[in-house]
Amino acid sequence: MSTERKGVNLIKGATGDWEVIVGLEVHAQVTTRSKLFSGASTAFGGEPNSHVSLVDAAMPGMLPVINRECVAQAVRTGLGLKAAINHRSTFDRKNYFYPDLPQGYQISQYKSPIVGEGEIEVDLTPDHSIRVGIERLHLEQDAGKSLHDQSATMSFVDLNRSGVGLMEIVSKPDMRSAEEAKAYVGKLRTILRYIGSSDADMEKGNLRADVNVSVRRPGEALGTRCEIKNVNSIRFIGQAIEAEARRQIAVIEDGGRIEQETRLFDPARGETRSMRSKEEAHDYRYFPDPDLLPLELDDAFIDSLAADLPELPDAKRARFIADYGLSAYDASILVAERETADFFESALKHGRGQRDPKAVANWLMGDVAAQANARGLSAADAGLSPAALASLVDLIGEGVISGKIAKDLLAMLFGEDRGADPRALVEARGLRQVTDAGAIESAVDAVIAANPDKAEQARTKPGMLGWFVGQVMKSTGGKANPQAVSEALKKRLGV
Amino acid sequence: MTDLTSLTLAEARDRLKSRALSSLEITKAHLEAIERAKGLNAFVAVTADKALEMAEASDVRLAGGEGRPLEGLPIGVKDLYATRGVHTQACSRILDGFKPPYESTVTANLWRDGAVMLGKLNMDEFAMGSSNETSCYGPVASPWAPPNWSRDRARAALASGRRGLLTPGGSSGGSSSAVAARLCLAATASDTGGSIRQPAAFTGIVGIKPTYGRCSRYGMVAFASSLDQAGPLARTVRDTAIMLRSMAGPDVKDSTCSPAPVPDYEAAIGRSVKGMKIGVPREYRLEGMNGEIEALWMRGADWLRDAGASVVDVNLPNTPYALPAYYIVAPAEASSNLARYDGVRYGLRESAADIIELYEKTRARGFGAEVRRRLMIGTYVLSAGYYDAYYVRAQKIRTLIRRDFERAFADGVDAILTPATPSAAFGIGEKGSENPVEMYLNDVFTVTVNMAGLPGLVAPAGLSSDGLPLGLQLIGRPFDEESLFALGETIERSAGRATLPEPWWE
Repeated sequence: MSTERKGVNLIKGATGDWEVIVGLEVHAQVTTRSKLFSGASTAFGGEPNSHVSLVDAAMPGMLPVINRECVAQAVRTGLGLKAAINHRSTFDRKNYFYPDLPQGYQISQYKSPIVGEGEIEVDLTPDHSIRVGIERLHLEQDAGKSLHDQSATMSFVDLNRSGVGLMEIVSKPDMRSAEEAKAYVGKLRTILRYIGSSDADMEKGNLRADVNVSVRRPGEALGTRCEIKNVNSIRFIGQAIEAEARRQIAVIEDGGRIEQETRLFDPARGETRSMRSKEEAHDYRYFPDPDLLPLELDDAFIDSLAADLPELPDAKRARFIADYGLSAYDASILVAERETADFFESALKHGRGQRDPKAVANWLMGDVAAQANARGLSAADAGLSPAALASLVDLIGEGVISGKIAKDLLAMLFGEDRGADPRALVEARGLRQVTDAGAIESAVDAVIAANPDKAEQARTKPGMLGWFVGQVMKSTGGKANPQAVSEALKKRLGV
Repeated sequence: MTDLTSLTLAEARDRLKSRALSSLEITKAHLEAIERAKGLNAFVAVTADKALEMAEASDVRLAGGEGRPLEGLPIGVKDLYATRGVHTQACSRILDGFKPPYESTVTANLWRDGAVMLGKLNMDEFAMGSSNETSCYGPVASPWAPPNWSRDRARAALASGRRGLLTPGGSSGGSSSAVAARLCLAATASDTGGSIRQPAAFTGIVGIKPTYGRCSRYGMVAFASSLDQAGPLARTVRDTAIMLRSMAGPDVKDSTCSPAPVPDYEAAIGRSVKGMKIGVPREYRLEGMNGEIEALWMRGADWLRDAGASVVDVNLPNTPYALPAYYIVAPAEASSNLARYDGVRYGLRESAADIIELYEKTRARGFGAEVRRRLMIGTYVLSAGYYDAYYVRAQKIRTLIRRDFERAFADGVDAILTPATPSAAFGIGEKGSENPVEMYLNDVFTVTVNMAGLPGLVAPAGLSSDGLPLGLQLIGRPFDEESLFALGETIERSAGRATLPEPWWE
C-alpha cells in the first residue's frame, strides 16, 4: 500500500489553484461508568440533573478526585495512536463563566497532557492511505447543557454531562481536503471503538470536532486559520471544510485578509459564520489546579495496559489479507467495525472451520449486511449468529442448497425463523437441492419439449443456454443443482 | 457555672470520663455563656438543640464506659466548615441561607470522636482578612478589652458596633474570641496565611496550622487550595494536640490529603526537648521592629535553651519575598475557587434580565469589598500577558522559600522560632481602611509557613507593656507536629498560661 500523497487536492479559484490545510481537535467521550472527577453515572438519557454529584454541581468545599479508569482509557487510546505516553501530566483550570459550567472553570490538561505525539494511518482507498500526525491527547471535563427552549423567560440547565470525561485528540495540520479529514475522523472512530475507550457515538454527542481550516497557494507559507467549533457529524465536518475553504479563497481573491477567529457551521445553509474574533476571544486564565496532584504513571501500569490492548484495525486488516487471502478492499470493509471483523472470524472458524474465507466474506458483506442494514441493526443484533452463517456457507459448499436457496434461507433466518439451525431448516422446509440425475433430466426434457423453437435456436446460439437453466430452476422451485441442470441441457441440446 | 467553662479540654475530658461531670452539664454551661456573650459576636449560629441532643447521647455512652476521645466535649466550628443542615456561609452574603446536605471531613471526624457542636463561629468573609472585620455579620470583639478602658466603656462599645474594641485577629476571629472568652472548650479554625496563628497570638490562646495535607479539605469552603489547612484553637497546647489528633487523617475525597496515619499527638506533651536544635532566622528581625516583640522572641529562645535545646542562627534569605508572593498566589487561586458563587445554583441570586447581569449583580452584592479586591487581583495576575510576570514568578519564589526551610532542616535544625505577629492586637476600625497593605503586613511572620506547606504552632508567651497577649511561633519539619507540641508546651510552661480576662462582656 502507498502512503504517499497522490497528487495534490487543489481547489480552483478565480485566480488560480488553492490548497486547503486542515487540523482537527476531536472530543471523544471516555467510556467509563463514572465521571472524570466524581462518582456520578455517565449513563446517557437520564432525567435532567439525575446524574449529578456534589462535585459536579460545584457545591462549596467539594474536591475533584481523578477516576483511574478514565486515565487507563486515555493511556489505552494513546497506545492505539502509537503515541508517547507521558509518565507525568498535570491538570489545569480553564476559567470562564457559563451557567452550565458550575465550577466556573473546566479542569483540563493544558500544559502537560497525558499523551504526546503519535500517528495514525488513514485509508483513503483500499490501496492508498496517508499518515496523519497526532499532536497530543488530553483529558478534560465536559460541561453541562443549557436548554433555552423550555421557557419563554428562563434558561434551564441539565448537569448530567457536567464532569463527564472527554479525551481531546488534537491532530497535526496534516490533512489537505475534506475527504482526508472525513477519512481521518472515520479511522479515529474505528480505533476508539476497537479499544473500547469511547463509543464515539455521534448521535449522542459522544464525538465532536473543532475543525481548523486555512488555505494557501501551493508552495506558499501557511495561511491564517479559522476554527469551526463543535461540528458533530462526519458529513458536516466535510461540508464545513469545503464551505470554509471556499469562503477563505473568495475573501483573499477579493483582496481581503483572513482574520483568525472562531466560527460556527450552519448545516441548513451550508455555510460558516463568525462566532467571535481573536479580540473577543476569552482569556481563560489557565493555571495548575491546586486541588489535584500531578498524574504519575509508572511503566508497570502502562505495560499492563499495552499487554491487554486488542488487535487494532491496521494489524487485523494485514492479517486478513495474509492469512485468508482476502483482497485489500474486502479486508478494509471487514475491519472497519470490530464487531464485523469478529463476526467474520467466528463464522470462518466455527466448528471444524473448513470453509472458504472469500465465500464467508462475500456473504457477510453482501446479503447479510443488506438484511441487517434493512433492519437498522447489526447482524448479531438482528439474530444471526456466526454459527448460522457458517452452516449456510457449508450447505452451499456441500451442494445441499444452491446460492439462490441460500438467499431465501438467510431471509428466513432474519425473519420468522430467527435463531433456527439452517441445516434443520433446510430439511424442515424441503429446500434440499435436487441432484438426482433422472429427476433433473426429466425436468430438462419437459422444458425443451415446451419450447421447441427456442431449443432450435439454442443449438446455434449457446447464449440461450442461460435462459434454459433459469426455466429449469424455476420449474424445480430453485432446488435443482444448477451445475447438473447445465450439464444435462448441454447433453440434450448437443452444444 | 463559670468554673465549668474555665476547664481545659483535657480537664473536662477527664472529669467526664470519671463521671464527676456530665456532658449535658458542661454543654449547658457553654450555651449559657454563649447567650451572655452575644455582644462579642463570636457565634453566627448557635445549635443549642443539636448540642443538647449530642450531649445526651454522649452521656449514655460515657455511662456505658464507651467514651470516645472527645466524648461529650462542646466545641465551636468555624463557619467555613460544611455542617449538614446547619448554617454554612463562610460569613459571606453570597451564601445567603446555605445549609449543605453534607458534612466536612474534619467536622465528621470530630463528631465520630464524640465532640458536641455548639454552633458556627464568625470569621472574615471567605477567610480573607486578619481582623474578622470583613465578615458579613460584622466584626467580632476580643474578650481582651483595650488597655485602660473601663468596663463600662467596653460594654458600651459592645452595644454600639464594637468600634474601638480589640479585634480577635482573623480570619478565625470568631474561633479565637470564643475560645478565649470560654464560650467553647476548643474550636476549629483554618489557616491560609496565618488565620489560626495570628488570632491565637492576639487572644492569648494556642493554635496550630498542621502540615499541608494533614487534614482533609473536603467540605471546607475553599479560599486558596494550595495554602488552606484546617487546625484547632484551644487554651492549652495539650488541648490543641487532642483536637488535631481527631481532626487530622487520610481522606480519599481530598487528593492532596496525606495517607500517613496520625500519631498520638498528646503523647508528645511533656516530652523532653533536650538536645533539640532550634533555629532563629535573622530575616525575621524586621527593620523598625517593635522592641517588645524582639525581647519576647529572645526570651522564648532562652526558655528553650533552659530546657536543654540549643539555639542557632539560620538563614531564610527569601523571606522578604514571601508576603508579596503570597498576595499573588492566594488571590489567583481564590479568583478561580470563588467563580462557583454565580447565583445559578445556591445562595444569593439577584434578579436580572439576562445571565451577565445576574452574575454581575449577584457577585457585586454578594461579595464584600475585601473579597472583591482579591478577586480582582487574582483575575489580573492570571490574565494573559501578566501570568508569567506575576503568577509564575510567585510560584518560583514559593519554591525558593520552601528550599530555604529545607536547607535549614537539612542542617539539623528541628524547629524554627519566630514571633507570631509584628504587634499585639489592634482596634476594630483601626487598620486597613485607607491602605489594605497595612492589614496584609500582619501576616508577615506566618505566610512563609503556608507557602512552604509546613506546620506552625503559636503559643502565648507573655503580655505587652499595656497588658495584651503576645505569641511566639514554632515552625516544624513536614509532618513533625509532635516536636511543635513538645516545644510549644515548654514555652507555655515557661511563660505561664495567660490569665484570660474576666467576662466584662456579660
